[in-house]
Amino acid sequence: MPQTMFEKIWSRHVVAEGPGGHVLLYIDRHLLHEGSTSAFGRLAAQGRRVRRPELSFATTDHYLLTAPGAVAADPEIRGMVENLTRHTARQGIVHFDVGDARRGIVHVIGPEQGLTLPGITLVCGDSHTATHGAFGALAFGIGSSEVEHVLATQALWQKKPRTMRVAVEGRLGPGVTAKDVILTIIATIGAGGGVGHAIEYAGEAIRAMSMDERMTVCNMSIEAGARTGMVAPDTTTFAYVEGKPFAPTGAAWAQALAAWTALPSDPGATFDREVALAAGEIAPTVTWGTSPQDALPVTARVPDPGAIADVARRESMTRALAYMGLAPGTPLTDVTVDRVFIGSCTNSRLDDLRAAARVVRGRRALVPAWVVPGSGLIRRAAEAEGLDRVFVEAGFEWREAGCSMCVGMNGETAREGERVASTSNRNFEGRQGKGARTHLMSPAMAAAAAVTGRLTDVRTL
Amino acid sequence: MRPFTRLSAVAAPIDLPNVDTDRIIPARFLRKPRATPGYAGFLFHDVRFDADGSERPEFVLNQAPYRGAHILVVAENFGCGSSREMAVWVLEAYGVRSVIAPSLGDIFHQNCYKNGLLPVILPAAAVAGLRRQLHARPGTALAVDLETQTVTDPDGVAHPFEVDPFRKQALLTGQDEIALTLSQEAAIAAFERRQRTEMGWLVAGSPAS
Ligand code: SF4
Repeated sequence: MPQTMFEKIWSRHVVAEGPGGHVLLYIDRHLLHEGSTSAFGRLAAQGRRVRRPELSFATTDHYLLTAPGAVAADPEIRGMVENLTRHTARQGIVHFDVGDARRGIVHVIGPEQGLTLPGITLVCGDSHTATHGAFGALAFGIGSSEVEHVLATQALWQKKPRTMRVAVEGRLGPGVTAKDVILTIIATIGAGGGVGHAIEYAGEAIRAMSMDERMTVCNMSIEAGARTGMVAPDTTTFAYVEGKPFAPTGAAWAQALAAWTALPSDPGATFDREVALAAGEIAPTVTWGTSPQDALPVTARVPDPGAIADVARRESMTRALAYMGLAPGTPLTDVTVDRVFIGSCTNSRLDDLRAAARVVRGRRALVPAWVVPGSGLIRRAAEAEGLDRVFVEAGFEWREAGCSMCVGMNGETAREGERVASTSNRNFEGRQGKGARTHLMSPAMAAAAAVTGRLTDVRTL
Repeated sequence: MRPFTRLSAVAAPIDLPNVDTDRIIPARFLRKPRATPGYAGFLFHDVRFDADGSERPEFVLNQAPYRGAHILVVAENFGCGSSREMAVWVLEAYGVRSVIAPSLGDIFHQNCYKNGLLPVILPAAAVAGLRRQLHARPGTALAVDLETQTVTDPDGVAHPFEVDPFRKQALLTGQDEIALTLSQEAAIAAFERRQRTEMGWLVAGSPAS
């Protein structure tokens, strides 16, 4: 029977069958960050050991400041950062720690180091773990108890999700990026539209994307509620992975290629749900509300809750517009911004920084604007191309790697009421700081907002 | 883990869809240990309290009849967003033992099971009906019975719900899931041996450092 890629990876990782359709699923790679440390504490308290320390990898990303030196803002945070260092050292887990150029956002460094590979299972105590699915891996986010469980057993009890294929057919227009594609997908299926599903992104527009772009798409699967998102591996994938530090080499590489080539969903494989989008109809997209599903083409106007029949939906829209300080009917391009953030595991890779720099070159930022590369290595690569100078000459701040204002756990938040054009993944109330108002968009669109001081259709610049 | 069998308690309705875990516990509290005195005060902090720390009277848990509710009846996709298990810890600290919803964020849903909270999924119309009843009669109790898999509303109508047998058993007994998995050690080791041949590239390819 024809199988989906998801089913192939799933069935190859079943250790044991449990009751009620649960299986014990083997985990090939486990990524850790400062937020994972409480799991180590509970493990130790139970007198349990880390079963396969060589399959876990740690980085410090959420809590460090991204100002020069990448230090902790206060003793409490310093304690968390040192905790991770202590636990990983004690357990013999590789840790890309402060001062290591390989340090960066967990979902950026996994692929960069070749830890993320096609056909594997990968988990992390972070909801954006589906990023790694861009390689044809089965990657999903887990909670802290599950982190502890993986450390102790290298496996997880899981129930098989349903499958969904989202096909983006045709070609993207100029100025339209992977971020616009995923925002449009989320707006189409809804913030809960993917709950209980593993999504496979397919179609000509996805196949034409670079790995950086595919990662942007898969990254936001959770914003549609999906358990995971994935893209079939192909020559683009193999070219990216080859030569990465932890990737297979020599005979193992040849073996891997043979296995990976057989991974894509078989012709005729069926999905529980199919969604199709026309790439040509996708425009540069921005969010106007407080859920990633509140996304519209930048050429549109702020929607009117009065026009919505469903009471619950109308009330939640009204609430979102009040929080965002927006009036129905306002053209989105009339909305001025106070701050710009280019970064996060969605859009902090080299392709993203290049796209932003292309818009910025020769212009000036009219509002405070930050560029926070996803890893130390990306920062270096961007500097080697002179991108840092483009940003700095335009008045942007060029910062150290980390999560930064995507979540502000490190103290880098926007001020109350400030409107932020952001390349991150969540526009929830308070996400970028208490009372901060987030508009999600692509790096090129965020750069355009920085140099015009308002939401701007990058195609008009 | 604390077992869950049955519970009859005051329930509070939350009508807003897509309540994310950032809203359940804002990021700046995530670094606080679970044992922090007043941990329950972080629950829904930024919608529950004003900047000066005073309660916002319009927030449901600040209204006398719902104060200290042990059951929440919520709307679609509650607990979406960040994987932070603290969202469940802070609900548990407040005293919430069960969340009744038409759908829940997947990771939040799993996190509930790990902490002795019972997530109940009912059809959207039934959940909306329960919320209406709770609004109409503030402070009334619901009965949630895991053994019989029913929620009984204030009118005595029983709503049956599905629950995975694996999760049900674990909740009823308060089972330590890691201990259960460790008892499968032989199967895990056998899998690893098999994988070394079947996915040799993976094993050979690892640790370069
Ligand atoms: S960049 Fe943002 S979304 Fe990504 S891991 Fe960091 S905090 Fe989470």
